[in-house]
Amino acid sequence: MGLGTRRALWAYTFLLVPLLFFLTIRLAPAFSALYISLHEWNIISPSKPFVGLQNFRLLAHDPSFGRAAVNTLRYVLVGIPAQIALGLVLALALQRINRFRGLFRALYFMPFVTPIVAAAWVWQWMYSQNFGPLNGLLAELRLPLQPFLRSPAQSLYAVTAMTVWQFLGFQVVIFLAGLEAIPRVYYEAAAVDGASGWRLFRHMTVPLLNPTLVFSAVYGTIVYLQLFTQVLNMTFGDQGGPLASTLTMVLYVYQLGFQRFKMGEAAAATAVLFAVILVITLLQMRVLSKPVEY
Amino acid sequence: MLLTMSGLGTGQQPVTITYWQYFFQSKVTLVDELIKQFEAQNPGIHVVHENFPYDAYNQKVASAVPAGQGPDVINLFYGWVPLYVDGGYLQPLPVEAFSPMEIERDFVPMVKNSKFDGKYWALPTAVRSLSLFYNADLLRAADIARPPITWDEFLTAAQRTTVRDAAGRTTTEGFGVSPAGQDHQMIREVLFRQWGVAPYSADGKRVTYATPQGAEALKWYTDLITQHNVGVIDFFPGGNGYRDAFIAGRAAMIVDGSFAIASVRAGAKAAWGVVPLPRRTLGGERSNFGSYWVHGITVHAQGPRREAAIKFLKFLVSEPVQRVWLQRVGELPASRKLVDDPQLAADPIYGPFIQGLAYARATFFVDETAQRQVLVDAVNEVVVNNKPPRQALDEAAAKEQKILDEFWKKHTGK
Repeated sequence: MGLGTRRALWAYTFLLVPLLFFLTIRLAPAFSALYISLHEWNIISPSKPFVGLQNFRLLAHDPSFGRAAVNTLRYVLVGIPAQIALGLVLALALQRINRFRGLFRALYFMPFVTPIVAAAWVWQWMYSQNFGPLNGLLAELRLPLQPFLRSPAQSLYAVTAMTVWQFLGFQVVIFLAGLEAIPRVYYEAAAVDGASGWRLFRHMTVPLLNPTLVFSAVYGTIVYLQLFTQVLNMTFGDQGGPLASTLTMVLYVYQLGFQRFKMGEAAAATAVLFAVILVITLLQMRVLSKPVEY
Repeated sequence: MLLTMSGLGTGQQPVTITYWQYFFQSKVTLVDELIKQFEAQNPGIHVVHENFPYDAYNQKVASAVPAGQGPDVINLFYGWVPLYVDGGYLQPLPVEAFSPMEIERDFVPMVKNSKFDGKYWALPTAVRSLSLFYNADLLRAADIARPPITWDEFLTAAQRTTVRDAAGRTTTEGFGVSPAGQDHQMIREVLFRQWGVAPYSADGKRVTYATPQGAEALKWYTDLITQHNVGVIDFFPGGNGYRDAFIAGRAAMIVDGSFAIASVRAGAKAAWGVVPLPRRTLGGERSNFGSYWVHGITVHAQGPRREAAIKFLKFLVSEPVQRVWLQRVGELPASRKLVDDPQLAADPIYGPFIQGLAYARATFFVDETAQRQVLVDAVNEVVVNNKPPRQALDEAAAKEQKILDEFWKKHTGK
């Protein structure tokens, strides 16, 4: 056995441990969920008959599931652009300053390491109609008070704002790393050619930052498609907000499976979510990643 | 040897049964003590007591019982009983040991609501009902002489205790509204009935609240929020926000269950009290919502274990145990006799709840989460979307009927 083979063997041995973990903890349950989705699987009953695609048909006719699916897409469509735009602006600003950069970065990153549940409860108080500082400010300015989480029209955006706030620091750090990776010489060459400002940003920074953008979009989309804890905790009594206005697919899966004991339908909803995440991720990687060379 | 033989002959060999409940400290401690007492009275029977976190309870049962490891006697929320019966996990209570006639004579009326397929499957030690909690200091400050007896008085008290700041923000609510808390139960079993509407058909298969009076009742409730502005939904955040607001002295009155007594007692700084739920007129119909946890015997208990399980169940629902349960856990006794006990009824805090038991009904839920959501949504349709109550209620009834139909279609009867 040559040295190379032995090394590779060792590497595979080490890789085997996480692989085993992945197979038993992640992959096996995923397949068992697919299996459950084809059965009528009430959590208690010992008889779990095969029902084919009936659970999927039930979901297709379930207005709450439809609502959850539409809401989930709205979270993605609002949250991702907001998070990426704000993250990029802050990263570019941070890149320009030399003093306190670490301090600012730490400050922006703090929400990301704050427990979601705690943050969600604080944000609920901030949004409170009667005690919240946001409405306090509006009252000071003699502007109309806002219901925020109590309004079906505003609640989804209120939850999105909290989620963007939470992931912003992470986004900034990712962008900073991406910006640092762009070689200085490109900027110097561009400056010699007379490019500056918006054009420099548009035609150089953005294309060279593309891998980071793709990663952010894909990763962020997965996070938003799986939104659960924020939604559950921000509308705790009436879970999913007034009239299901903040309900997400994952929260609905939880309600179906663990509150209403309909494991079959819950598993079917999970399968749908899995397919959606897969398709969107593949599409994003296809459409967004363009190799750039200079 | 001879002793063992004779013991076997008369069915006296030691038998071990298992009892399951979810984890709640005071219940766990008490049941441990009760088991010692039961074992002393019944030599030869050994009871193993196991408990699990509430959230994992159903999953635990679902995985253990098919594997033949489940309990012999199990504690369940009454609303889950149909699910467990349909799952084939419970055996009906033997008529010789628990005659339906005696159950209906000895237990508070709401227990009758858990008769399923014409049989009793489980019995409670303790029950819960609703009452009106009031902040005596706030009522006094608003010159309200006594806590309300009618809904009109209730409204007046709520209006006089609601406080708003210059910007129109409510700083103290007269009534701590909470549709997703206990209010949906109150609308269903109290307001509808007092407004002359039975919410469901007697067999529990049809939704019958979508009538003009039903809409009036719903409107009366939503008017508290939209017209009279005496309550704000999610005034304090969280599932128990209404109770937190009451404890903090920011809500003058709330409708809550007997299970809230402990936390109110521990937290409230102001003087507070409890009165029975108001009614429409002084002599008008009284109504209340009740709920309870029951003990049932699983199919796992056969032969001598079944005999032992029956004895243990009889012990758990006996009057002495119910008395200790009230003292130690704070849940109301399920026995009619104890409910009529003048000493208990005179208790300033437990009394109103105990009074309520005489006429409390436990809704027959087939899918409590979904059925609760339907009524919470109806309230929101009116409060947030300005839908006419009649329309909101019609839509709610249609949605809830679908949930009932789905259950009854699958349930073929045993």
